[in-house]
Amino acid sequence: MSTLLPFARRPRPAPAGAGRAPSAERFISIEGIARRYPAPGGRATTIFENLWLPVRRGEFVCMVGHSGCGKTTVLNILAGLDAPSEGTVIVDGQAIGGPSLDRAVIFQGHALLPWRSVLGNVAYAVSSRWPRAKRAEVEARARKAIATVGLAGSEHKRPAELSGGMKQRVGIARALSIDPKILLMDEPFSALDALTRGTLQDEVRRICIETGQTVFMITHDVDEAIYLADRIVLMTNGPEAKVAEIVENPLPKARDRTQLHHAPGYYALRNHLMDFLVTRSKTLRDEGMPAGYDPRRPPVIRPALSEADAAAIAGAGPDILRA
Amino acid sequence: MRIAMGLRAGLLSLALLAALLLVWQVAVGGIARTEAMDPEYAALMGQTATTGKSAMPGPMDVAATLWKHLKDPFYDHGPNDKGLGIQLAYSVSRVALGYGLAVLVAIPVGFLIGMSPLMSRALDPFIQILKPVSPLAWMPLALYTIKDSSLSAIFVIFICSLWPMLINTVFGVSGTRREWLNVARTLEVGPVRRAFTVILPAAAPTILTGMRISIGIAWLVIVAAEMLVGGTGIGYFVWNEWNNLSITNVITSILVIGLVGMVLDQGLARAQRLVTFPE
Repeated sequence: MSTLLPFARRPRPAPAGAGRAPSAERFISIEGIARRYPAPGGRATTIFENLWLPVRRGEFVCMVGHSGCGKTTVLNILAGLDAPSEGTVIVDGQAIGGPSLDRAVIFQGHALLPWRSVLGNVAYAVSSRWPRAKRAEVEARARKAIATVGLAGSEHKRPAELSGGMKQRVGIARALSIDPKILLMDEPFSALDALTRGTLQDEVRRICIETGQTVFMITHDVDEAIYLADRIVLMTNGPEAKVAEIVENPLPKARDRTQLHHAPGYYALRNHLMDFLVTRSKTLRDEGMPAGYDPRRPPVIRPALSEADAAAIAGAGPDILRA
Repeated sequence: MRIAMGLRAGLLSLALLAALLLVWQVAVGGIARTEAMDPEYAALMGQTATTGKSAMPGPMDVAATLWKHLKDPFYDHGPNDKGLGIQLAYSVSRVALGYGLAVLVAIPVGFLIGMSPLMSRALDPFIQILKPVSPLAWMPLALYTIKDSSLSAIFVIFICSLWPMLINTVFGVSGTRREWLNVARTLEVGPVRRAFTVILPAAAPTILTGMRISIGIAWLVIVAAEMLVGGTGIGYFVWNEWNNLSITNVITSILVIGLVGMVLDQGLARAQRLVTFPE
């Protein structure tokens, strides 16, 4: 175990400022953030304001919404790459003040450094996390992360020699290698073909379940959200986007991507999400939120199951998904 | 197919060279004797006029001179008679010094400007005005302030190498992809490590392009500068041989200047290939 010592979690400063004990319910707490951009005429365009969102520890949250609703801005604020115009984000009891190794980002465009090999890219992250670790330890840890995403044997290839899917795997390995508290993903699979996307979704799901990782992911893809997420956050159209609701995924944790559409409750959930994206995301913005909407506590919804679905879930449990 | 192409290009080059040499030989060889002239006038005109041979040396003369220089490049028979190797060594070392100083200034300053939009805007007018100034225009100022002709030549090389490197470094540094910088930011990489591990490799191909342009300009300018300051160097050698009316030596120098310039450029081209990354 002593060889692993350099990789022990760094001692973290005690939570400061927030004045609130971190709870499992609010591992990440987005508290009233706004983002405005200067617009012509001295006014400001508000992408979103007064946005509140809690994320539980170990939860996989997908944010879904149309382009321009500020999804990427929310993720960049969580990553610390962008600062909110108002409000704060509290992670594990501490207000965030910038980028942190605790929050790893998987970028949409993989963002590998092209002059480094696969191993070099991952080792760069590892040595940033543990600056005093010995070279061999850094390399060992990088190799382990590369093996986790199924790229063992390609360590010495350059990113230019890899396919799009393999590049994104390296991006995932790089994010996982630093043992982050939170994984942030900005449409990580949108640039990949359907087959590769499916395989990578499987990998990500397996890894996240194995490690109990807290994940915040942005996607356009409703099926991706259904397959991966524990909860799905729906955003109304921007500007002045709002968290319309948080949808609990009724599907059991054990999911098989290829059989997902046979799962009870799948269509109820999918129809709910599609209805939202097709019509409600626009009408909610144009006609205003329903009475009683409290931006501090966005409604949490469990899509109504048909009786057959409910019976199937109650009776057969998760095994039905494996059929 | 590529080998065949290379072979064909090589053969064509050789054929062109042969044709050029032939035309040269024929052009300077003289075809017929000039008509008989008054012997006294002929004596005044020198042998070339009477034999119908041009004063311009032929390729064989140049080859013989070149061979003579190559056989003994480092002799030193006083200030006006030094081997070609010694003269080249003077020029190359002046270029190396001035160019080296320019690298030491241009790259850090370029980083500073490239990383700071404020500095970039503030320094832009200076660069825009100083960049188009012929390096030789600095010569009187350099001679007056430095009071040493050899150092002045080095200064002129410095000033002419500076701008392309500076501008390319700024361009390369400010053009570092945002996503790579964001990777460094999310990994909490400090500014110094970020400069060396992200920005430098990302900007290196552009910086090397600037360095390559600079070495070309420096090698162009050193000949002119040495013609002005005199004393030593390949530029002085050319001017001195012009005063000696030794066109053979002038042509030989031109060839040698071209060859050295090519070597300098190819050296940097190789360095550039080393730092270029495929995307």
